[in-house]
Amino acid sequence: MQFIVQGYPAYAYTGGRPFAPAPGAVVFVHGAAFDHSVWQWQSRSLAHHGHAVLAPDLPAHGRSPGDPRTTIEALADWVSALIEAAGLASAHVVGHSMGSLVALDLALRHRHRVDKLVLLGCAVPMAVGPSFLAAALDDDAAAFDMEAVWGHARQVQLAASPVPGVTLLGASRRLNGRARSGVLHADLAACAGYSPRAQALGSLAVPTLVVGGKLDTMTPMANVKALAESIPGARFTAFATGHSMMSEAPREVTAALHGFLR
Amino acid sequence: MAHSGPKTPHPDTLAVHAGQSPDSATGARAVPIYQSAAFVFPDADTAAALFNMEQPGHVYSRLSNPTVAVLEERMAALEGGVAAIATASGQAALHLAIATLMGRGGHIVASASLYGGSHNLLHYTLPRFGITTSFVTGSSTEVWRRAITPETRLLFGEAVGNPSVDVLDIPTLSTLADAFRIPLLVDATVPTPCLGRPLDLGAHLVVHSATKFLSGHGVVIGGILVDGGRFDWDASGHFPTLSDPYGGFHGMVFTEESPVAAFSLRARREGLRDFGACMAPMTAFQVLQGLETLHLRMPRHVQTTSRIVEFLASHPAVAKVCHPDMPDHPGHALARELYPRGCSAILAFELKGGREAGRRFIEKLSLFSHLANIGDAKSLVIHPASTTHFRMDDAALSAAGITPGTVRLSIGLEHPDDLLEDLSRALHAAQK
Repeated sequence: MQFIVQGYPAYAYTGGRPFAPAPGAVVFVHGAAFDHSVWQWQSRSLAHHGHAVLAPDLPAHGRSPGDPRTTIEALADWVSALIEAAGLASAHVVGHSMGSLVALDLALRHRHRVDKLVLLGCAVPMAVGPSFLAAALDDDAAAFDMEAVWGHARQVQLAASPVPGVTLLGASRRLNGRARSGVLHADLAACAGYSPRAQALGSLAVPTLVVGGKLDTMTPMANVKALAESIPGARFTAFATGHSMMSEAPREVTAALHGFLR
Repeated sequence: MAHSGPKTPHPDTLAVHAGQSPDSATGARAVPIYQSAAFVFPDADTAAALFNMEQPGHVYSRLSNPTVAVLEERMAALEGGVAAIATASGQAALHLAIATLMGRGGHIVASASLYGGSHNLLHYTLPRFGITTSFVTGSSTEVWRRAITPETRLLFGEAVGNPSVDVLDIPTLSTLADAFRIPLLVDATVPTPCLGRPLDLGAHLVVHSATKFLSGHGVVIGGILVDGGRFDWDASGHFPTLSDPYGGFHGMVFTEESPVAAFSLRARREGLRDFGACMAPMTAFQVLQGLETLHLRMPRHVQTTSRIVEFLASHPAVAKVCHPDMPDHPGHALARELYPRGCSAILAFELKGGREAGRRFIEKLSLFSHLANIGDAKSLVIHPASTTHFRMDDAALSAAGITPGTVRLSIGLEHPDDLLEDLSRALHAAQK
């Protein structure tokens, strides 16, 4: 579905159901150099069980044109504008990795837009290694390998996929490979540069679920848990996955979302 | 600045492990054979969710099966793709690829150097369903470009053509395919991912007969279709089956649902569902047994082949040897560039004395088995003009590099000295 956000067309997947603004709507925010399809299972499930769903492609990602935003704050402003453009006053906001920082910043600076907050694979600060940034700056395929390999539990490289016939690392590499030149670097730099004030997190008054991966090497579970402990009343849960919990444990993540957003 | 990515498992390791976790129910380390037509739903909600693609999982073995999925994921990993679909045969895989991409009015440009069964499908059968093919010889960009029409939806060739061992110029053809925004499908049955990966060379889709070297033991019929995940179906604008709403699945737009796996998603959700040419679990298990040793077998296959090519090339009873090892073979330089470890354990040669000499030669062989197959552990021999390619007329035979005296060998895993002795004795007899 197409919207106009900040003057530009913006695409959002609606979970295979027509979108109609309604209370309980869910906005899914994807990670660096990915698109709406990382939420394939969760967005489709919630859309077919009582939620209006928007899984946007952030600017310069997937089907959304425009320039990549260079800060998490700018991306959060964009998501806020999307929620408004979709005819919603507020929504549940679910973010993964870079998208989780966007969701968090949205809750911190646009509190009225967020009913409930779900942060998957989220750590503050979100460290990005210099070799990853350098490879992304050069649009080198090594950066896609880093995101694929470090972005999944180590055993995923060899294990059975939850999705019959699909290799999760191959899909990750190809999705990154479709991103426009410079997008991965802009996204990673935005993640590395984001540092909300600790006091702000401590005063965040939004029902929050934080989801970690016990085998996550990009945002180690200890860091994810520490973030959960810094948000008043936040719930924390973890699955036996790496950073890409939505595809590594699609059923478990979907069930957690249904439970929390009910 | 050179960047090095994280270490990933080598192909040899992928061939043994990719796509399989030890069985969670029993701890079985080998891939269990899930010989079950269907799978129990734990509850009504899960049943509905599986049918509506709200969660992944197995429902019915025509669509997916845990044993078959191991083979599919292993092949997707070995080829460097995003997904794979195992089929009842290599022919079924080729048909699934074509039927997923086009319908009536669709057009294919294909290499003339094809397996006879593929030629039958394209030349005789598909026109009945409104899909036509133009066959071209060689890899000249200009020749392929001239054959492309506004209705062309696919370029197709064998990585290493059968039986003349023609080497497809995948990088050149992929550039052409990209320029016309149509995908390049490569049949990689002969080299296998052990010797070269078409997706790395620019192809968009890969098809295999798993009957051949992948399994390597000549006991199964099966095929594999690999989705490279790189082709932009939306930008092409030529593939409404992938980029328009599909009435057969609640208006699903496959490129929206999964931009990188749209092709394989439609092939599974429509092609396997409706055409039904799925692979049996036992077949997948047997292919997997062979696949585990692919990286041990293929070097031996091509090393022995090199010795036999050298032997035949210097034998007085042989008029001509077709194999890229030969300096006069048109694909000699290209094969070295694309397949530095060797490209083919298939070779063709022409006996002096024509068809009659060929008949005597084949009948005098004792170690080589006379049958219509390639890629077995056992060495094989056949006379293409009277068997695998007998439906082709003289012009098509010539375009495929086949003469009445052409003999095709598929070199197995026997000791090379024993094979040379067998060939030597039969060549001697053929000249009497």
